[in-house]
Amino acid sequence: MVAQPKLDQGAALLAAYAQPSGAAWMNDARAKARASFAAMGAPHKRDEYWKYTDPSALTAIPTADADLFSTDAPIMFDEIDRVKITFVDGVFDADQSDDLALAGCSIETLADVAATDIHWAKELFGTLEAAGQDPVERPLAALNTALATQGLVIRVTGTCPKPLAIRYVHASETSDALVRHLIKVEKGASLTVLESGAGAARFNSVLEVDVADKGAFHHVRSQGRDHERKTVTHMFARLGTESLFNSFTLTVNGVLTRNEVVLELLGDDTQATVAGACAGDGASFHHDDTVFITHDAVNCESRQVFKKVLRNGATGVFQGKILVQPDAQKTDGYQISQGLLLDDDSNFLAKPELEIYADDVACSHGSTVGAIDEDALFYLGSRGVPHKQAQDMLTLAFLGEALDEIADEALRGEIETRLGAWMERR
Amino acid sequence: MLNIKNLQVGLEEENKQILKGVDLEIGEGEVHAIMGPNGSGKSTTSYVLAGKDGYEVTEGSATLNGQELLDMEPDERAAAGLFLAFQYPVEIPGVGNMTFLRTAVNAQRKARGEEELSAGEFLKVVREKAKTLKIDADMLKRPVNVGFSGGEKKRNEILQMAMLEPKMCVLDETDSGLDVDAMKLVAEGVNALRDGKRSFLVITHYQRLLDHIKPDVVHIMANGRIVKTGGPELALEVENNGYADILAEVG
Ligand SMILES: Nc1ncnc2c1ncn2[C@@H]1O[C@H](COP(=O)(O)OP(=O)(O)OP(=O)(O)O)[C@@H](O)[C@H]1O
Ligand SMILES: [Mg+2]
Repeated sequence: MVAQPKLDQGAALLAAYAQPSGAAWMNDARAKARASFAAMGAPHKRDEYWKYTDPSALTAIPTADADLFSTDAPIMFDEIDRVKITFVDGVFDADQSDDLALAGCSIETLADVAATDIHWAKELFGTLEAAGQDPVERPLAALNTALATQGLVIRVTGTCPKPLAIRYVHASETSDALVRHLIKVEKGASLTVLESGAGAARFNSVLEVDVADKGAFHHVRSQGRDHERKTVTHMFARLGTESLFNSFTLTVNGVLTRNEVVLELLGDDTQATVAGACAGDGASFHHDDTVFITHDAVNCESRQVFKKVLRNGATGVFQGKILVQPDAQKTDGYQISQGLLLDDDSNFLAKPELEIYADDVACSHGSTVGAIDEDALFYLGSRGVPHKQAQDMLTLAFLGEALDEIADEALRGEIETRLGAWMERR
Repeated sequence: MLNIKNLQVGLEEENKQILKGVDLEIGEGEVHAIMGPNGSGKSTTSYVLAGKDGYEVTEGSATLNGQELLDMEPDERAAAGLFLAFQYPVEIPGVGNMTFLRTAVNAQRKARGEEELSAGEFLKVVREKAKTLKIDADMLKRPVNVGFSGGEKKRNEILQMAMLEPKMCVLDETDSGLDVDAMKLVAEGVNALRDGKRSFLVITHYQRLLDHIKPDVVHIMANGRIVKTGGPELALEVENNGYADILAEVG
């Protein structure tokens, strides 16, 4: 039985937003999600899945204000040749975006697609999210399906020559945004998506990605630096035979971030990587990576690499699961989560899980938490490297293992620069 | 060059005195050796000179060319010209050996108000010095000391010393774990740096290193003090008879 406060808060959330209306198929999909959300209720800190992260800031009505963060730092990914798409407080801004045109794919806005009677997205929209509700409920993703009107719908049919860079500008201190993207990577096609920015005072984004056989999806994300922003993201991906999926997220600042990634490896010989580096400062900082990877095919490899540097009372959370289904022989599953605490006030909480029903698999997981290595600090000092510089070097080295998961050197460079700037700022 | 006076050191964490009044004076260009039984305080002396945490200096001083080392941060001591080759070099995962070397060299140049070396210049020098120590390109690329064999770690220490060109080099058991050929390499590396000005303090248990690096003065340390000082013959005496006679003699 679902606790009444969860149901009440869920109803309050649904009542707080306008129910969008579009083409019949879209209305159906939204109605289903709405019913599913109403039945689940809002997440609550007493839920097992929210044991380490209090979701109340993500479900409160209205959301708390968040100051805007001004910086003279260059725009993320600005050096990279890309198709630039901008959302301001969760609303697509055509003036600040390039034409929605990129060789190898078609790009439409969700607003347009939702109003179109006959559309390929009908078969896919909301289905990966719905499938991802089992065995663990993810109510805020269902809420997003039910209510989001903004986002992109992308169909990739070829090899896209440059990345699609989505920038989320946070412009209003009270904005409460729901953004929804749907990406279908057809057989043998490939796309790189970059995401950056805080997006809104409260930002709820869902990305559904369907990668067909031999398709490839690359994703690099830098979550915005606005100190008071609250963010919940879900990424649901379904991966076909010999496909490739690679996602990396950098998080600095923000008061609350919950990033959920749900992957289903459905085709044989698939490779999937989810990685994240997080640098958190201050007692209000709370960052949660929650990953669920299901191996449902033979000879697939999945990697989870998460590193968090925490200081001044910051909290980092990792919940990661690898589920290997009975037929998923020759699975190679790797999971590592590590916290580096720069002081005694900070916290890293990890819940690594393996659930394996096949017998011929190689899965490993490890989770560590520790302070900076004093011996290494002294060694660097004895070679003339000043304390702060030595500490920064060791911190970057710690995060390096996660950054190394980014295949593209230029993109990795961007992320390194951003991290370097974070260290400078203390 | 280095002047240690009545150095008394205990542990910060527990009430235990390790150095009980060490006196040692090393002149410009001189090579001194310290020998002594396990646990006598040799490494502690070197750590305290380099500025490692965890020790409490209760008495005494240690100056390098007149500057008090004990008041400085470890990096300042390095910039002042002190170098310690560690008995147990530290592994630093995630930091490439080359990056480490270049950061160290440039940090010291910066501290001394000198221009930083360009990547190209640095690379040229490092390759040349690595070659004479038989350190291959792969070892330069790998993370600092990670997965290095004992001997490789020690050669890597000497490479760092060669790159940093310190005034006062303290070598803590740099010979331990080295095969005969590696020992020669390391000794040659050290000897190449002997220019009549640079000074060395070589901590060792074995005479054979001193065959290659000829000391001017040999000290015996026992129970936190220098108990005997002599010429190279003192090392031979230790090699032949152990410490029993010497310790009995000094009481
Ligand atoms: N951090 C520490 N905690 C506890 N004891 C210590 C510490 N550092 C040194 N000691 C003790 O101080 C004494 C001197 O140690 P030190 O390492 O200086 O000896 P050493 O002369 O270098 O010996 P060896 O020849 O074995 O290298 C030893 O008894 C050692 O156990
Ligand atoms: Mg020792």
